[in-house]
Amino acid sequence: MKIFKRLIAGGALLLPAAVSEAAEGGAAVPDITEGWHHLWQELLLDITIIGIIFAAVTLYLLIRYRRRKEGEEGKASRLSPLASLGWVLIPAFIFLADDVFLAAKNFELWNKMREVPEGAYEVKVEAYMWGWDITYPGGATATNEIRVPEGTPIKVSLTSRDVVHSFFIPDFKVKWDTVPGMETYLWFYPKTAGEHVMTCAEFCGVLHSSMHGKVIVMPEAEFENWIEENTPRNKEA
Amino acid sequence: MSSTMVTGSVETHHAAGSGFSLKEWVFTTDHKRVAVLYMVGAFAAFLVAGIMAILMRTELASLGPTVTDNPSAYNTWLYFHGAAMILGYQIPALTGFFANYYVPLMIGAKDVAFPRVNALSVWLFWMGIVVALLTFVIPDPPDIMWTGYPPYSIITGGNTAFYTFTVLLMGFSSIAAGVNFITTIIYMRAPGMTWSKLNIFIWCTLAAFIIQIIFVPVLGVAVTMLSLDKYLGTHFFNAAAGGSALIYENLFWFYSHPAVYVIFLPAVGLIYEIVATFARNRIFNHMKMVYYGIFGVLALTGVVWAHHLYTAGIPNWMVLIHVFTTLMISIPVGLLMIGLVGTLYKGSIQYATPMLYAAGFLFLFLIGGLTGIPNAMSAIYMHLTDTYWMPGHFHYVMAVSMTTAILGGTYYVLPKMTGRMYSETLGKLGFFLFFIGVNITFMFTLIMGVKGLPRRYYDYQQFPELEWMQQWATIGSYIILLGALVVLVSWLHCVFFGKKVGPNPWGSRSLEWTHAPRPPSGNFGGR
Repeated sequence: MKIFKRLIAGGALLLPAAVSEAAEGGAAVPDITEGWHHLWQELLLDITIIGIIFAAVTLYLLIRYRRRKEGEEGKASRLSPLASLGWVLIPAFIFLADDVFLAAKNFELWNKMREVPEGAYEVKVEAYMWGWDITYPGGATATNEIRVPEGTPIKVSLTSRDVVHSFFIPDFKVKWDTVPGMETYLWFYPKTAGEHVMTCAEFCGVLHSSMHGKVIVMPEAEFENWIEENTPRNKEA
Repeated sequence: MSSTMVTGSVETHHAAGSGFSLKEWVFTTDHKRVAVLYMVGAFAAFLVAGIMAILMRTELASLGPTVTDNPSAYNTWLYFHGAAMILGYQIPALTGFFANYYVPLMIGAKDVAFPRVNALSVWLFWMGIVVALLTFVIPDPPDIMWTGYPPYSIITGGNTAFYTFTVLLMGFSSIAAGVNFITTIIYMRAPGMTWSKLNIFIWCTLAAFIIQIIFVPVLGVAVTMLSLDKYLGTHFFNAAAGGSALIYENLFWFYSHPAVYVIFLPAVGLIYEIVATFARNRIFNHMKMVYYGIFGVLALTGVVWAHHLYTAGIPNWMVLIHVFTTLMISIPVGLLMIGLVGTLYKGSIQYATPMLYAAGFLFLFLIGGLTGIPNAMSAIYMHLTDTYWMPGHFHYVMAVSMTTAILGGTYYVLPKMTGRMYSETLGKLGFFLFFIGVNITFMFTLIMGVKGLPRRYYDYQQFPELEWMQQWATIGSYIILLGALVVLVSWLHCVFFGKKVGPNPWGSRSLEWTHAPRPPSGNFGGR
């Protein structure tokens, strides 16, 4: 029955993201980082089970059918036409079912990852060889340090000044390429204050490995102060 | 075709018995000698690219500069390692060396259909190797990785042209070989050698060459456009002039994902031959494996490339399609694995060195295949892509698994090629060192990827906590090096001092083992 349900879930994949969102009944911001960890655990379980079954059978056969005396021959008989087809269709069906199940699970999370929640705070990031320029909505700027308020979903709009880079925050499990001539995006949801590594993930030349910075998640009030101090018109005044 | 065949057989020489003659090797059109030329070139590329790997692993063993304080040097090593291992070692070893040695012998042909085209293929390949090796003598070597993504590859001071020409030379070599082998398999089978009697390795080789013929030209186009952009001022990939880097990324992976199957199919074919021979058993569900396993891979090969580009900025509908198609690869590949494991059932397995490698393949490829499933899933992939997880995965699934097939296959064919037997002690020692080494190195590589360490990093100041894992990975790589040296010694030992053996030391039931070791030019009865 469970497999049946999963197949139905698989059939529903192509429905727009909004529908499944509504079904879960929340305008609440989905935690995609938590979602990643959850799906990763399920997936690890899935592939570990397949792996152990396969490895155990292989190991058993390798030991059980070792040659015991010289000149011994293998004794496997030809499969009957039915068995021959069965050994294709049954495994193929099992693999296909698992594939559909995994794809369904994937799209559920993927749709959340690609749909920026309403009211997200937008930060513009321009990548260059080898660093990141950050621009805030009010005009404040920074380099290699993105300060964001905690408890607010953050949309990062990505552009590139020169070559292809990739904006990557390992702790939030998000990454997206910056492509010359295109504006791409990703979003993440920093729930608590703290510092996280932000680094380039697409090879971009000599100092590729040095192209990193920080994402600093600040308590909201502190962030407001910081942005106030760094917005250009306030400086002039 | 017939005139070429006649010319080919007139020009061939008697391989067995005669002394060494350089001229005979350079001008040879005998498929077995061409195979040896491929073998020497491929293992030379393997050796040099392997040295690059050792240099890189040593560099990474400690934070900050270790071997060099110049990141460009590291980037060049990495470029050469990737390009040479794939284009110079794995593809030529499998579709050059083994295809040349086995295909005519297995189908009962005198030689390939176009022996002189065959000689052209191998020498184009050697020119590719030479151009690739020039990396180490030219002033500004390519530093663009084997993927060569623009705009970096266009604005870099490195000589991207050497990358373009290496790829083009290897590519022409592959296309010529493809035409040759597809023709050979279709038209040169001995009377009575019907399609259903063909060895599974022949089917795999046929499928691999079909892939090469369809997809290599696309890569050729892509790398040519790179050099046109860089040196002649065209704007294919220049966003400011209306081009797009994404065009290149799509063209590149449109070939380079199928290239994985060009390597995988002949390798799994070799493993099938080895398992069937050493288990003395019939291949489990033979023709179904051909129809659904091999042809299944062939059917999916051209529609999965975008899983390399989920986060590259392609439209979402492309992601949706490719998640599905990529996950579906598990079906034909899973069937091929079931066929291999099924062949063990009720067998009588003799653990000679080739069989140890085949057994190693079953486990290494299992890890490689299963670690590929997360990569198919775009949401999980978003974190894993371009981290150490990817080299971890593709070293298991491609680099290491296919190398077990190549090394095991070489041990398997050595008695046929040389008429001598290698030392089992050295052979087994080499295998265990290799097997232990790769698992240490690439297990840690996978884990570092999950921790978020991006690949292609000269240094990792932002991840100091991973230093101890890097050190373990480096220790593993030294064990692999030791294993590779033992393998090399065992081969040289075999060639010069090995005990003489008869025609069929393995007791194989396949056609190629029916005649004497070191078959003469013209194979079955000669001219």
